[in-house]
Amino acid sequence: MADHQHEHGSELSEMQLRVRALETVLTEKGYIDPTALDLIIEAYEKKVGPHNGARVVARGWNDPAFKRALLDDGSKAVRTMGHESRVGDHLVVVENTPQLHNMVVCTLCSCYPWEVLGLPPVWYKSAPYRSRAVKDPRGVLADFGIKLPKETQIRVWDSTAETRFLVLPMRPAGTQGWSEERLASLVTRDCMIGTGLPKSPQEVA
Amino acid sequence: MDGVHDMGGMDGFGEVVPEANEPPFHAAWEGRVLALQRAMSYAGAWHIDMSRAAQEQLPPQTYLSVSYYKRWELAMETNLIERGLAGADEIAAGHALREGKPLKRKLTRDIVQEGMTRGSFYRQAQAPARFKAGERVRARNIHPPTHTRLPRYARGHVGTVELVHGCHAFPDAVATDKGDNPQWLYTVVFEGRELWGPDCDPTIKVSIDAFEPYLEPA
Repeated sequence: MADHQHEHGSELSEMQLRVRALETVLTEKGYIDPTALDLIIEAYEKKVGPHNGARVVARGWNDPAFKRALLDDGSKAVRTMGHESRVGDHLVVVENTPQLHNMVVCTLCSCYPWEVLGLPPVWYKSAPYRSRAVKDPRGVLADFGIKLPKETQIRVWDSTAETRFLVLPMRPAGTQGWSEERLASLVTRDCMIGTGLPKSPQEVA
Repeated sequence: MDGVHDMGGMDGFGEVVPEANEPPFHAAWEGRVLALQRAMSYAGAWHIDMSRAAQEQLPPQTYLSVSYYKRWELAMETNLIERGLAGADEIAAGHALREGKPLKRKLTRDIVQEGMTRGSFYRQAQAPARFKAGERVRARNIHPPTHTRLPRYARGHVGTVELVHGCHAFPDAVATDKGDNPQWLYTVVFEGRELWGPDCDPTIKVSIDAFEPYLEPA
């Protein structure tokens, strides 16, 4: 990788050297194959991302049997879709309704459903989000420009074990007859974490 | 341990600031760290909870000031050294000075997909589940000095078992090299007011995933 292009500051330079040293040691010791590392990085840069989760949500919106399967056993249902990063055993899909809004956090580290959403964004791993999501979720939603009705129940899922949570947002109005692919274009990463809402049909028109 | 990593409910960290069009990595070394971690974990060098435990043991000022992937890298160095897989002298030299130890397996190009698939944490149950959905339980007031996944904000509080996830490897045991010690895992949901007092917005509920040893009947 052309990592010399990314040297922006002293910490980065120090880290580049440190990580390169570590990789050399582990390669020489026979523990790792550096060319396998390249493929892992490429997969997370190009193949595994929120578009995977968006397809899951769109199918859930369009196919009632798939939605039931999804809510019953998220891992099993998602596996039938053949994702690049195969889904492990512990995916739980939670459904938003007009009465209930779900939001996902990991207060202890940064557990995140990588297989369906890709790498977590920096804010998800940050102290502000991890500290406040469980105590002031409406305040966190306001940071994202989201204001829900006062009476909406808010459920925060703290990912404290190996269970991973994916939010199934509500299908936007005015999307009757839309194909799965078109529906997927409305599904943002944040709406599958619960810090956002799907786009409106006008936004993608 | 009661460390700064256990952040749920703390005040003072400020607003959540999303980054528009965030790239997967902010520097190339971050990707290398992620991939190294995947490869070493596939090799069976350490368990994910050992990585978490090593991060939690960083000095609090370090934990709070370095980036996410730098925390991973520091934890990796700790685990390599503590498990005798590499020496501090080798990491400083940037070269192996001694032969490697045998590991369980190696992640190579042809099987890279395997290294990207999450392993299963299900384990054979050692006893029937003690609790069932709908039961009231109290999160124990425990403060183990080692790795645990029971957040402080839940301890001592009463909630309701909502989901029973089967029997899983127990992080508290795994992180201290005591084996899987499989335990039943439950989603336990708490009223916001139970956790944060009468001023909390009444529409809020928070759940944790709690291993059976974290819970007692309420």
